[in-house]
Amino acid sequence: MIDPELRQLYQEVILDHGRSPRNCGKPDQFTCEAQGNNPMCGDRLTVYIDLADDGSIREAAFEGRGCAISMASASMMTEMLKGKSRAEAEALFRSFQALCTSDAAEAEDGADVDALERLQVLAGVRAFPVRVKCATLPWHTMQAAVSGQGGQEVTTEL
Amino acid sequence: MEGTAAVNLAPGDNSTAALDVERVRRDFPILQETVYDRPLVYFDNAASVQKPRQVIEAMSEAYETYYANVHRGVHHMSQRSTEVFEAGREKVARFLNAPSPDQIVLTRGTTESINLVAASYGRAFLEEGDEVILSVMEHHSNIVPWQLLRDELGIVIKVAPIDDQANFLLDDFAELLSPRTKLVAITHISNALGTVVPIEAVVRLAHEAGAVVLVDGAQAVAHMEIDVQALDVDFYAFSSHKLYGPTGIGGLYGKAELLERMPPYQGGGEMIDVVTFEKTTYKEPPHRFEAGTPAIVEGIGLGAAIDYVSALGRETIAAHESGLTEYAGERLSSVEGLKLHSRAKERASIMAFEMAGAHPHDIGTIVDRAGVAIRAGHHCAQPVMERFGVSATARASFGLYNTREEIDVLVDALGRVKEIFG
Ligand SMILES: Cc1ncc(COP(=O)(O)O)c(C=O)c1O
Repeated sequence: MIDPELRQLYQEVILDHGRSPRNCGKPDQFTCEAQGNNPMCGDRLTVYIDLADDGSIREAAFEGRGCAISMASASMMTEMLKGKSRAEAEALFRSFQALCTSDAAEAEDGADVDALERLQVLAGVRAFPVRVKCATLPWHTMQAAVSGQGGQEVTTEL
Repeated sequence: MEGTAAVNLAPGDNSTAALDVERVRRDFPILQETVYDRPLVYFDNAASVQKPRQVIEAMSEAYETYYANVHRGVHHMSQRSTEVFEAGREKVARFLNAPSPDQIVLTRGTTESINLVAASYGRAFLEEGDEVILSVMEHHSNIVPWQLLRDELGIVIKVAPIDDQANFLLDDFAELLSPRTKLVAITHISNALGTVVPIEAVVRLAHEAGAVVLVDGAQAVAHMEIDVQALDVDFYAFSSHKLYGPTGIGGLYGKAELLERMPPYQGGGEMIDVVTFEKTTYKEPPHRFEAGTPAIVEGIGLGAAIDYVSALGRETIAAHESGLTEYAGERLSSVEGLKLHSRAKERASIMAFEMAGAHPHDIGTIVDRAGVAIRAGHHCAQPVMERFGVSATARASFGLYNTREEIDVLVDALGRVKEIFG
């Protein structure tokens, strides 16, 4: 008898991404990177982005260790960033952030609704306020990488 | 009287007094609380322990009946506050077996006590090239003050190792000592692993090399008898909130001849003798190191906490906790896929572990839903986490009010972790 909110948090999709994260490891080719740090639990990750000449995201990858939620979030994020412009990536990030904190969140204009639909599996963090940061850290780190703030480490203590 | 020891003789053994856990549990109001409709199982005692009614009431009584600033008023309330506050200092002195209450500086806690030694003793008596030895298990509060001093003075920091079972390696420590070693700053009990450091031997070796020893007693004071004279330590730091007392206060014991030679740490009221714009003279220790209005009611609460723990008896508490630790060791080892990091021969009631396939953070969330409060993370001791090649562990730590049944609840909740992460 597992608490339904726990079931909601640890859905099969999340466990699967957590066990075998996609795009995990430092790629040969990338144009920017940033480090993310969750000082509360000691987790760290690095996000690598390969930007095309037009500024869109050609490839995304990450490296690091963390809880199932942060690993799944990073893994799913790298899958869905491919081919997006910076503006699209950031719109998706803001919509995802809203989804993690509010039941009534609406997708921002320009956010990929299909991607957001897939990210719904992470909405279970709403019932676990301290875990929201685990879900959003990879996205904060991605944003720092694409906006050229890779020199500074991103922390969740914002 | 409230607060008398809940001690009775264990059946069939009249040499050891066993702790009457059911009775002590009634002293802790928070233990009646529920979490997600489950009784609270509080296993985060290494972070901070819960407070007995006796401490809460002593503090309310102070605020309600005799609160005033200390050491300054001629009026009745100030005298009464001062008396009870200073009685707290005397209790600390007796508790640690310090020769005199004048050797107890009241600080905000362990962190401030260590910073005081680094800033006052360190700046006055260390110079470039001098060596300070720490252990790899130190809490960040016993690492960073020495790094600040290193940046300022150019001292050298050396690190004493542990083995894979988390045992402190005394011989390796001895090897690090040199004529340039001026100070050893070391934990008594590791908060991340529970390892107990053989302080007497460390002190003997350090003194032979001419170094003074500061012991971080944050984790030790609530779990074992501390006799600063028998240990022959030069400084001993602790926090009240890990000793069943309030936050915001703690202490530093120092040898009299060292405290007397040390310059002030902070400037302000309370620590001065005569102030003119040309020259100020300072009070004798311990007041020289206590600038500003102290945490008055917290000091009174600390006194009440010491009365509470002393009445139960630290040996009795230690026996109860070592029983729990042994039981937890057996039960946790039976959990499939669980790896215990706390395996030192000499260890206290702290169990750090990992589970295959489940991150400590996820373990913490899942057992929380069963009402069990454990810590997941780096425990403010990142270097020792690195030593074991992990970024985080889960940690269950026990206090005097914990029971075997509660350990069963934890083990059961770890079954949920397996169910989810399988
Ligand atoms: C071994 C050790 N040293 C130092 C500290 C710091 O204590 P405080 O935060 O009360 O100053 C702690 C508390 O977490 C500890 O466990």
